[in-house]
Amino acid sequence: MAANRESAWVVTALILVAIAYLSLVLFIPTANVFVQAFSKGIGPLLENMKSPDFLNAVRLTFIIALISVPINTVFGLCAAWLIARKQFRGRAFVISILDVPFSVSPVVAGLMIVLLYGRNGWFGPFLEQIGVKVIFALPGMILATAFVTLPFVAREVIPVLEETGADQEEAARTLGASGWQTFWRVTLPNIRWGLLYGVLLTNARAMGEFGAVSVVSGNIIGKTQTLPLYVEEAYKQYQTEAAFSAAILLALLALVTLVLKEILERKTRIKDVDEEA
Amino acid sequence: MTATSPPLASSRHSQKLITRIPWLWVITIGYLSIMLFLPTSALLIKAMTESPGNFWKIATSPIALSAYEVTFVTALITALINGLFGTLVAWVLVRYTFPFKRLIDAAVDLPFALPTSVAGLTLATVYSDKGWLGSLLAPFGIKIAFTRLGVGVAMLLISLPFVVRTVQPVLSEMEKEVEEAAWSLGASRVQTFWRVILPPLMPALLTGVALGFSRAVGEYGSVVIVASNTPFKDLIAPVLVFQRLEQYDYAGATVIGAVLLAISLLLLFLINLLQAWGRRYDR
Repeated sequence: MAANRESAWVVTALILVAIAYLSLVLFIPTANVFVQAFSKGIGPLLENMKSPDFLNAVRLTFIIALISVPINTVFGLCAAWLIARKQFRGRAFVISILDVPFSVSPVVAGLMIVLLYGRNGWFGPFLEQIGVKVIFALPGMILATAFVTLPFVAREVIPVLEETGADQEEAARTLGASGWQTFWRVTLPNIRWGLLYGVLLTNARAMGEFGAVSVVSGNIIGKTQTLPLYVEEAYKQYQTEAAFSAAILLALLALVTLVLKEILERKTRIKDVDEEA
Repeated sequence: MTATSPPLASSRHSQKLITRIPWLWVITIGYLSIMLFLPTSALLIKAMTESPGNFWKIATSPIALSAYEVTFVTALITALINGLFGTLVAWVLVRYTFPFKRLIDAAVDLPFALPTSVAGLTLATVYSDKGWLGSLLAPFGIKIAFTRLGVGVAMLLISLPFVVRTVQPVLSEMEKEVEEAAWSLGASRVQTFWRVILPPLMPALLTGVALGFSRAVGEYGSVVIVASNTPFKDLIAPVLVFQRLEQYDYAGATVIGAVLLAISLLLLFLINLLQAWGRRYDR
């Protein structure tokens, strides 16, 4: 039947055009990261990775993710539960503004944080008085990262919560379970893959965020430089090799994220099949 | 009446719930206020404290107008290109089998996971005069890296998955029988595509294009590295905001930032409408 409708060469041509387009825009540039990073062999690559600035950037990238990801996970869970389980006034509004960080330019996000916590910002004088530095320092970078990754967990958990329904939770409560017990024993197991998926996306973006963090960091080498910032700085200083040794680490992070994403997607799909059976 | 009033047990439990709720409300509303409302209002209010004349002067200065043009026109063109090729990729992935299909399918999400500065770095190398792809075009006098074309390629890369991922599920749910019916009733391949396949695909396709456009308009990391950021040539609006901030020109950054924010919110609203339209099509 299919052979009748479309001759084999049309199919082949369509597939080839699609792959050619993906190659030009995506596959060749991605492969280039790995080729460039290994162009001088693994020795120089590892040497670059031992420089203090590089190690500092790695450390800072992890610290920022380690703080912003759990905060957004807790918020995401609370927001998702309320949106999925409660009917309240302004619910539709909350759902749509949840996506604001996705549509706002990262630079504008950074700008907002500068306008709030910077020296001339709303809280600037107060922060100066109590001696807390937010802009050009770690707290500002965490705020910027938390802003751009705010919606991920809620976005992934809401549909799962809506699908499982409130029946099991209500049953648990009827049987005398407390709120916490219900959450740990009933809700969490039901949403665990969706939750992990959201956390995974949050982490990938948190470790890779560039624009917003760039605005608030001041990019002071060795002090407020994350890996993505290190990539740009090294490239601007014509240290292309150093730039690619940081880039390969981030590209590997992206690949690991994709693999885990595939696994989680398969988990949720298998669960769907189970429920249908 | 009986249908609307909940059973006694569950109303008692919803009472129990109410005592549990404040926690969740406090965290959710508090966090949204501090992280979302407060920064957004700070930007809008700061922008409004500029006198209208001054606001207008900054927002429509020649350099700003040229930056909007580079940003929006390039983003629109790339969104449309991705609309075309994204649909093709989704079609190929849904309908045909070929080697490495699953791998390619998974790799489409790469732009979501790849940090933008890495994308910019590798595009600047691959599409430079000496790069793998740039060196093929250089003999024809086509320069991509550090020109407006580079801005376009960066936007193509970062907005690539949107159309594929919105169109793909609609395509895979579409029943082949409808096409076959059209086909057997004598419709040509082209007619079948325009009359049978495209109409139900439209809401998803437009949503994908709008999402890609919105993402491309806000993009900073990859573009700032692959472009030369020369005013009136390949300077995009987000980079202009960044440069204004670097020069401690807060008024300039705030006004242009507010313009960008307003447009992003407008796009978000439009995307919500498109998605609602798509859901209606479903039923």
